[in-house]
Amino acid sequence: MNAPESMVTPAMLSKSAPVINPPLWLLAELTYRCPLHCAFCYNPIDFASHKDELSTTDWLRVLREGRAMGAVQCGFSGGEPLLRDDLEILVTEARQLGYYTNLITSGVGLTEERAAQLKAAGLDHIQLSFQDSTREINDFITHTKTFGLKQAVARVVKSNGWPMVINVVIHRLNIEHIGRIIEMAAELDAEYLELANTQYYSWAHLNRDQLLPTQEQLIRAEQETNRWREKLGDKMRIFFVSPDYHEAKPKKCMNGWGNVFLTITPDGTALPCHTALMLPGLAFPNVRDLGLKEIWFDSEGFNHYRGTGWMKEPCSSCEDKEKDLGGCRCQAYLLTQLHDVADPVCPKSPYHHLVQKIVAGADMRAASGANAAAPWGSEQDVHPLIFRGPKESLSLVGKGKKA
Amino acid sequence: MNDANPNLSGCPRVNDGFRLQWEPAQDCHVLLYPEGMVKLNLSAGEILKRCDGKRSVADIVVELEQAFLTTGLLDETLAFLHLARQNKWVTWS
Repeated sequence: MNAPESMVTPAMLSKSAPVINPPLWLLAELTYRCPLHCAFCYNPIDFASHKDELSTTDWLRVLREGRAMGAVQCGFSGGEPLLRDDLEILVTEARQLGYYTNLITSGVGLTEERAAQLKAAGLDHIQLSFQDSTREINDFITHTKTFGLKQAVARVVKSNGWPMVINVVIHRLNIEHIGRIIEMAAELDAEYLELANTQYYSWAHLNRDQLLPTQEQLIRAEQETNRWREKLGDKMRIFFVSPDYHEAKPKKCMNGWGNVFLTITPDGTALPCHTALMLPGLAFPNVRDLGLKEIWFDSEGFNHYRGTGWMKEPCSSCEDKEKDLGGCRCQAYLLTQLHDVADPVCPKSPYHHLVQKIVAGADMRAASGANAAAPWGSEQDVHPLIFRGPKESLSLVGKGKKA
Repeated sequence: MNDANPNLSGCPRVNDGFRLQWEPAQDCHVLLYPEGMVKLNLSAGEILKRCDGKRSVADIVVELEQAFLTTGLLDETLAFLHLARQNKWVTWS
């Protein structure tokens, strides 16, 4: 999963008024452990140094406190949430509390037996990630042999009567397959397909040069998506998550800082978005020390970028400031090392040239004949893809990488 | 899913994968579905909570008119059910 924006429906939109609304979404990142090694993972680069996972009792308390505040959607995510053997206990409680319960999974570990237990627990929906329509790219980008397994898991999901969202992170290695990816999702009877153009945070940021598609590839991908939308009608809804760098339009990240989403990381840190931990100098509270209510309404971390009061020029006088709320803080930080400036994807940002340069770089590499179909090892100017894994994580932390 | 236009004898019900519930924090009915939510206004909530696959559209209209001591709710109810079907919020039993 890398595109929570698409989870928001117009009805969820609310103003960045001084009134603080309760969270609607509780995202429980149960663990950073994961059997896959995706090169675009949004988990923090230093995930391997966060080992102290919350206990079942802690999670049950978090679920109750979130629901009491009014959260209605509960996502169980990770890492791979199926690696927690108390998942069924947590889903049972969440469902009984009245959450709509979403399992966001790679599918690895979703056996028929586990599926039956989750069904009995009242799980409402499964979002299953796919990496490609081909075994070659799926197994390459995840650094695993999981292609066949994912197809089987999709059938288990459907045979249990769950609505199924298929999420596919789109990047240069699979963007040319987009038509086939859509066809595959339709054949697997998905109700929704999220074509999530890679957002460049964490591991995807490390690997940005290899993952960033060209402008022309994106235009073709969107055209192909529209052709399939027409062909499939209302059989399957397709979301094409906007590629920030190319659109030159800042997104209203997380639908506003501390506005709708409350993420709890595996060790209990509460965040307004799942990558905000990278921002230096911001203190985010832990659910072991504070109640969710105090965290949401009163903590410095959640209040820091709420609304528009924190903005500087060009945001503070911009007519679109309520619409995009200055874009994404993490993106601003990753591109400029400053997290209180306008998101550089905005053409009004004094740093916008940095984004233009990155996009031009992707076009140049394509023009110079770098083979997008077999990019591993074919490019001289780019380091090899770094796959997400505990060893890589610890080694990168040693080199001072955090984001 | 039955794609026929809503008619008076059909019995709509909330579709699989969707859940209707009252939310005190929002003071309204909401319709929940994978990763999303629709906040319903009073009339939409009152119509949808009667869509149980047993009551016909005609029954629902009669009930609403009785509950709100009014008449002439047929058109508004049909218009909402049309929208609800387009959004797959309801299906017909």
